[in-house]
Amino acid sequence: MLAQLFGFKGGVKPQTNKAPSVQLPIGQAPLPSCLFVPLHQNIGGAPNPLVVVGEHVLKGQLIGGADGWVSAAVHAPTSGTVLAIEEHVAAHPSGLPTLSVVIEPDGRDQWIPRTALDHRSLAPERVREILRDAGVVGLGGAAFPSHAKLTPARAVPMQDLVINGAECEPFMTCDDLLMRERAEEIVRGIAIFRDLLGAKRVLIGIEDNKPEAISAMNKAVLRLAEDYAVVAVPTRYPAGGAKQLIRVLTGKEVPASKRSTELGVQCFNVATVYTAYRALAHGEPVISRIVTLTGNIEQPRNWEVRLGTPMRELIALGRPKADTDRYLMGGPMMGFEIPDLAAPVVKATNCLIAGSPALFPASPPEMPCIRCGACAEVCPHELQPFELYWFSRARNFGKTQEYHIFDCIECGCCSYVCPSHIPLVQYFRFAKSEIWSREREKQAADAAKARFELRNAREEREQAEKAERLAKAAAARGSERKPAPASAAVLPPTVEPVQPVAAAESAEAVSPSDPDTVRKATIVAAMERARAQREAVKPRNTEQLTVEQKNEIAAIEARRAALKPEPAAAQGGRADSATSQERPGE
Amino acid sequence: MITALAIMALGAVVLGAALGYASIRFKVEGDPLVEKIEAILPQTQCGQCGYPGCKPYAAAISAGEADINLCPPGGMDGVRKLADLLGREVKALEAEEKPKQVAIIDEATCIGCTLCIQACPVDAIVGAAKQMHTIIEPLCTGCELCIKPCPVECIHMLPITENLDNWKWKYPVIEIKRAA
Amino acid sequence: MTHYLFIIVGAVFVNNVVLVKILGLCPFMGVSKKLETAFGMGAATTFVLTVATGASYIIDHYLLMPFGLEYLRTLSFIVTIAAIVQLTEMVIQKTSPVLHQVLGIYLPLITTNCAVLGVPLLNVANKHDFVESLLFGAGSAIGFSLVLVIFAGIRERVEGADVPTHFQGTAIAMVTAGLMSLAFMGFAGLDRYQ
Repeated sequence: MLAQLFGFKGGVKPQTNKAPSVQLPIGQAPLPSCLFVPLHQNIGGAPNPLVVVGEHVLKGQLIGGADGWVSAAVHAPTSGTVLAIEEHVAAHPSGLPTLSVVIEPDGRDQWIPRTALDHRSLAPERVREILRDAGVVGLGGAAFPSHAKLTPARAVPMQDLVINGAECEPFMTCDDLLMRERAEEIVRGIAIFRDLLGAKRVLIGIEDNKPEAISAMNKAVLRLAEDYAVVAVPTRYPAGGAKQLIRVLTGKEVPASKRSTELGVQCFNVATVYTAYRALAHGEPVISRIVTLTGNIEQPRNWEVRLGTPMRELIALGRPKADTDRYLMGGPMMGFEIPDLAAPVVKATNCLIAGSPALFPASPPEMPCIRCGACAEVCPHELQPFELYWFSRARNFGKTQEYHIFDCIECGCCSYVCPSHIPLVQYFRFAKSEIWSREREKQAADAAKARFELRNAREEREQAEKAERLAKAAAARGSERKPAPASAAVLPPTVEPVQPVAAAESAEAVSPSDPDTVRKATIVAAMERARAQREAVKPRNTEQLTVEQKNEIAAIEARRAALKPEPAAAQGGRADSATSQERPGE
Repeated sequence: MITALAIMALGAVVLGAALGYASIRFKVEGDPLVEKIEAILPQTQCGQCGYPGCKPYAAAISAGEADINLCPPGGMDGVRKLADLLGREVKALEAEEKPKQVAIIDEATCIGCTLCIQACPVDAIVGAAKQMHTIIEPLCTGCELCIKPCPVECIHMLPITENLDNWKWKYPVIEIKRAA
Repeated sequence: MTHYLFIIVGAVFVNNVVLVKILGLCPFMGVSKKLETAFGMGAATTFVLTVATGASYIIDHYLLMPFGLEYLRTLSFIVTIAAIVQLTEMVIQKTSPVLHQVLGIYLPLITTNCAVLGVPLLNVANKHDFVESLLFGAGSAIGFSLVLVIFAGIRERVEGADVPTHFQGTAIAMVTAGLMSLAFMGFAGLDRYQ
């Protein structure tokens, strides 16, 4: 295929380490003992659980419904019983828990009824809905709901559809193997996306270190008589970044403030395309994905893994070597260390790497920045990492934004080349999440202010209304009473306007006080009740006592009551007054 | 001597007249500084500064009546920002800095007296008379104003725990062990 | 004409009002934490200083000298400058709120800026005529702004640096100012052709 290639600035060439995991074909991972399916596996709204504990679910059954447009559904990866819907450790660098559906497989692996659909016979909106409800998200690692990317911009005609098979991360081979073994399904899937977007040209970018994948894709394209261009792109990390690949293939540069659709180009991962095809043409939602299991293990290989499989059970398949001391999710450049192997495989889990001190030697201590500029040379987004570092480190977040920290894709090239071994990306992640959290706080403060002002306005209005009502009522009463003194014909007419005011005053003085006393009485009663309740609950340790002990306690209580009933009562009273005094003074 | 006095007096009169005229002619309403200060305050409306809300406190700071270190929810960070804006020295916070909290109503103890609803400055408590009340957590600013009015002491403050939505990447730390 | 050029170059670099004559240190240390505010302060000072030198020349030559009241110079200059600053602020606030946003808070500070008083007094001491006075005032003000902006730029970077605890804040700023002053000493002799 003849296509002009455009370069991107920067990038590095780390050792690829891809060979070990491509020796064997994709294996089917066996059913795990238990599945922990997190409900929130995508960017955007968290799906709501649709099953209850104890329910029997079928393979592919919807267990979490998409919440809003930018969200994607979650399905049961196999048939079985829902054991619990609870917080379970997430596949996240923090190791914090997330709401997950725990399913115990019944071993039958029984599918829900599936219907095959042809996207050409359906309205585009319907296809997007199907994709959302099948849980199709970006499987390259970002897990952005794909249907939300499939709406072409109105003003700009969609020129190019870029299919990302570059897979530039070292160690990772899941897309490589997928293209080798299931090229035809990918090519068929591309048609869905192309038709939805109305793209004029389809470019499949694959790094030139994967000749097998390129030839497999070329064959599939020829066999299906499509006009897609399979383009071998030079192997250079991060050629597989969406923005980098778009730039290499089309020469268009997507700024941080814009979406790629606004430039008439869109990019999808090959695995995403594959799952979209399975969802439409086979009615199979996203319940599994291909995961590269590699690194310091006996048998590196790609496995098709059910989502929710605990990582520990998957890793056991590869037989980790004895000196393995940590596991990474994602590649060595952008991935993170898994804090807890109980975490499940999720849609974003493309690769698990067993690490050992020999494979990933501890980085030397961080040294001061010498402003050599090596990081700026390799930055694929042409940022100045040394400046970003300087300001992130000093927590000067305004300046980091001036230096476009949000254009940073955290590819890790800068940290890779830094001669001072500064973990630059960690500083950038820190700065970014600080900025986000401040933004959230600011929004919360603005919302609180708005609510406070609304409340003040409402209170003022209510007070005004109340005053008006009272005045009206008083006036009404005054006019009612008026005939009486008039008939008596004793009072001069000048007194008349005075009377209603007095009446209003007396009404105001008496009427609130009456319900007040009633309310106070009920509150006092309720307080007593609440106190009694609390006291009744308090002595927990006396519940499981022997009869002798109980008798002893009763005797002591009786003696105490006989000895000093007065001080005890006084004490209680004092304690009461103390608490009631304490509260307003607090 | 008299010429000197006359000339200085003349100068004073001329300049004074010019300034006086200008102050009337070029009078400007409003104080934009108050708004800037208010934007920094956390809007908890808690009154811990001794002013009934964030805006009055902002006005007091702007007028020079209040110090900038009276806002515990804003924390040292807020003090620093105020110092930056106003060109004043950074001072230690008057009160103790607390972690962010939300109020929680013990629903079994609540008697439905509506006192806390009346106390809440941001309408973050829902409930009706004699019905159980509850706090809308995302709206709660943690001002603690609802704790005092509760007659049955069923409201307490819980620190906001870390979850996946508010989790932050930590500041990179150099391990001393390794460097040694 | 070169004579005028020498006055300007001399005022900006050789006899820099801040770093060589050590005048106006208060705003130099106080308003140099941020580059933007330094720009604002520089612009405001440039404007006020130029106007103040002109006004004080007029007062000196047409009011004080004819009556032999030269001993009232300091007093009358201070009063004039304060009045001018106040007047300028009010006019700007009314006519151009945007400009006031930029310069507003710095204008009152200039009243107490000793460089603004010092330059008119130096004008008198150097027996400058009206044009020379204006040029000297403008040059000094430009020199002040230049140094202020450079200093603010340096301080912004110093803020991110690992400064030992006891040197943080004003201490390191003083050290920086000293080093800058040394650097500006290098301009000495530039106007020797005069």
